[in-house]
Amino acid sequence: MRVLVGVKRVIDFAVKVRVKPDKTSVVTDNVPHSMNPFDEIALEEAVKLKEANHAKEIVAFSLGPAKNQEILRTALAKGADKAIHLEVDDATYQKVEPFHVAQAIAKLAKDEKFDLVFLGKQAIDDDANQTGQLVAGFLNWPQATFASKVETEGTSHLKVTREIDGGLETIKVKLPAVLTADLRLNEPRYATLPNIMKAKKKPIDKKTPKDLGLDLTSQTEVLEVSEPPTRKGGEFVEDVPTLVKKLKEKGAL
Amino acid sequence: MKRDSDEYDVLIVGGGPSGISAAIRLKQLALEHNKEVRVCVIEKAPEIGAHTLSGACIETRALDKLFPNWKELDIPVKQPVTSESIAILTEKGRIPLPVFPGIPLYNHGNYIVRLGHVVKWLGEKAEEMGVEVFSGFAGQEVLYNQDGSVKGVATNDVGIAKDGSPKDGFQRGMELHSKCTLFAEGCRGHLTKQILKKFNLLKEPMSFGIGYKELWEIDPAKHKPGYIEHTLGWPLRLGEYGGSFLYHIEDNGQPLVAIGFIIGLDYKDPYINTFREFQKYKTHPSIRKHLEGGKRIGYGARAVNEGGYQSVPKLVFPGGCIIGCSGSLLNIAKLKGTHNAMMSGMLAAEAIFPDIDKSTITPEKYETLLNDSFVMKELKATRNVRPSFNFKGGWITGLAYTSLYYVLGRGIEPWTLHHGKPDNEKLEPKEKHKPREYPKPDGEITFDILTSVALTGTNHEEDQPSHLTLYDDNIPEAVNLKAYDGPEAKYCPAGVYEFVPGTSSGLRLQINAQNCIHCKTCDIKDPTQNINWVAPEGGGGPKYDGM
Repeated sequence: MRVLVGVKRVIDFAVKVRVKPDKTSVVTDNVPHSMNPFDEIALEEAVKLKEANHAKEIVAFSLGPAKNQEILRTALAKGADKAIHLEVDDATYQKVEPFHVAQAIAKLAKDEKFDLVFLGKQAIDDDANQTGQLVAGFLNWPQATFASKVETEGTSHLKVTREIDGGLETIKVKLPAVLTADLRLNEPRYATLPNIMKAKKKPIDKKTPKDLGLDLTSQTEVLEVSEPPTRKGGEFVEDVPTLVKKLKEKGAL
Repeated sequence: MKRDSDEYDVLIVGGGPSGISAAIRLKQLALEHNKEVRVCVIEKAPEIGAHTLSGACIETRALDKLFPNWKELDIPVKQPVTSESIAILTEKGRIPLPVFPGIPLYNHGNYIVRLGHVVKWLGEKAEEMGVEVFSGFAGQEVLYNQDGSVKGVATNDVGIAKDGSPKDGFQRGMELHSKCTLFAEGCRGHLTKQILKKFNLLKEPMSFGIGYKELWEIDPAKHKPGYIEHTLGWPLRLGEYGGSFLYHIEDNGQPLVAIGFIIGLDYKDPYINTFREFQKYKTHPSIRKHLEGGKRIGYGARAVNEGGYQSVPKLVFPGGCIIGCSGSLLNIAKLKGTHNAMMSGMLAAEAIFPDIDKSTITPEKYETLLNDSFVMKELKATRNVRPSFNFKGGWITGLAYTSLYYVLGRGIEPWTLHHGKPDNEKLEPKEKHKPREYPKPDGEITFDILTSVALTGTNHEEDQPSHLTLYDDNIPEAVNLKAYDGPEAKYCPAGVYEFVPGTSSGLRLQINAQNCIHCKTCDIKDPTQNINWVAPEGGGGPKYDGM
């Protein structure tokens, strides 16, 4: 089984995000970035499949500007065998949507005959939660999203436990398939220094949108990005009758 | 489990101004002489520049030598100083002091920078030149050869649970062996602390301050790019050393102000709350007017060297040397250390390079080169400024001494004043002082500590042993709380130390290690030196953006 893992470079989760004064997007220049946490989890699961001899090769993929190479190097250090960088410039990247990324992944999966596409369930910057589903749609492959457990069923199927609103759902999917990783799937390993050094020698294949016949026409338009309204302070109340009175005053009851 | 290892010609611990300048200089020399030199820099921050915090108003004398054509490159050193003022603040008033060439704080010709961005740029240049830079890896253990010389450093093991047991992801650290190891950890480096002790390098105790800094985006109408000011006095009391800086910088069209406050850690009153003194300073009418209508976008703190010349240890040891602030090379009278740090790194490189083929390099020439350079010359000239503030008259005596001896004689007086005991021993018992009142944060100009810490982007893997280690677990309650009213809860800029109700009657110390912003103040000021800061898993700590 050959696995394609998508990894996205996002603003680090611990950093406080600021909206640009022109309200078109958030400030990203010079802000610390790292690999999308759900993608780390997807990568870890893929590497585990390889270590259990169920997968033969793990290829990491990222679409974005030159800086995305850092994320791909980290992926190589964490166990991917090869990496593919679909490079676009900063201006183009601002307009890239899950629709385009899904197209690119679908094309790669088909052309290079991958058996499994493994993505994070969503990116922590846009929270779109669309790419995995769109890829499955483009390829007409089965999908198992929000995976919290992945087991093999022979060599042709996977048994996936999914996190859903009511609890857990276990389904069987036939390969080739698309999986997206949820938080509790695993705990990603560290990229150790020796592995980072070895990763410098692993190949990163460069591709352009043209190579994949990618159409980057915008499907959506961002009208405005703004900060959430500032939280107003709360207040303590003496007892339940006062609480009820205050709630009525505020029109909540 | 055995550790992997690799060999380098030079290993540099710390990717700040001194470490990266040393790496770049080595590669420049290698290129000049057509030699291959393998240089490695390890840095605990997740990215180069993420743990850098400084004002900063820098002199470019070292940069001029490292990259003579820097003005044509895209290094983010773009804002020259255009006007400056110095004043003494009183509760409501402001007494201006004259600014003229010759005083330590004369800044004409200097540049205001976001040092984190400059360091990031230098790091990228170093990588382009072939330096192997590994960020997210902390040095944890110094390695020694059979003969006692330094062999290199090992990075820390990862994947250890809070109770010390190995987790699933446990991995041993890696050993980095080198012919020459440079310690460039900045102020109060944790491995440097070990080296100073092991080789008995300290001549006089080092002395420190804690520096707070916030970055503000202000009302464009109030922005005066290139304007800088420094103040002394309020809210600190006579006899307490400290003061502020306020720099207006235009950064890619953004009207920014870097504002900060340094408090000498030799303070005696255990009731001083360093964070709240800084917040209080901002409420002064002449200060708040810069910030009103603006937005705070960054916050951080870091210990800073105040010891200067008297505190510079022996810098060379078998197998390596100490560069930058780890060696107390910051000039507190000028409030500048970047140019000295960079120059020391460059000079270390020049001392090391001729011996590059030896199996162990002890760069004896480094100290000679440093003494002949502007670094030690200016440290020597200003050596009496800081100690002169320790006389009974506080900043009054300090300014008087400084104006007489520095301006007229530039430090030629034959005597050298000393700092005395180390900072932690100067703290007095709480009986001698009274608790202090501080204004509540208003949420516009002043803020509470936890909101501030959130702005640093700091985080650490939660399930790991606390990196703030105590030699004796009983001392916080038995000594710190009892005798000094728990000063650690008052000097930590990140709310790491909290005294909370314990199981029996009384309070116990809770260490919120996850908040730590790696400032090193606790390691310095703990009265009995019971707190030992060690490196947490690499990649943790603040994520400063251009601070």
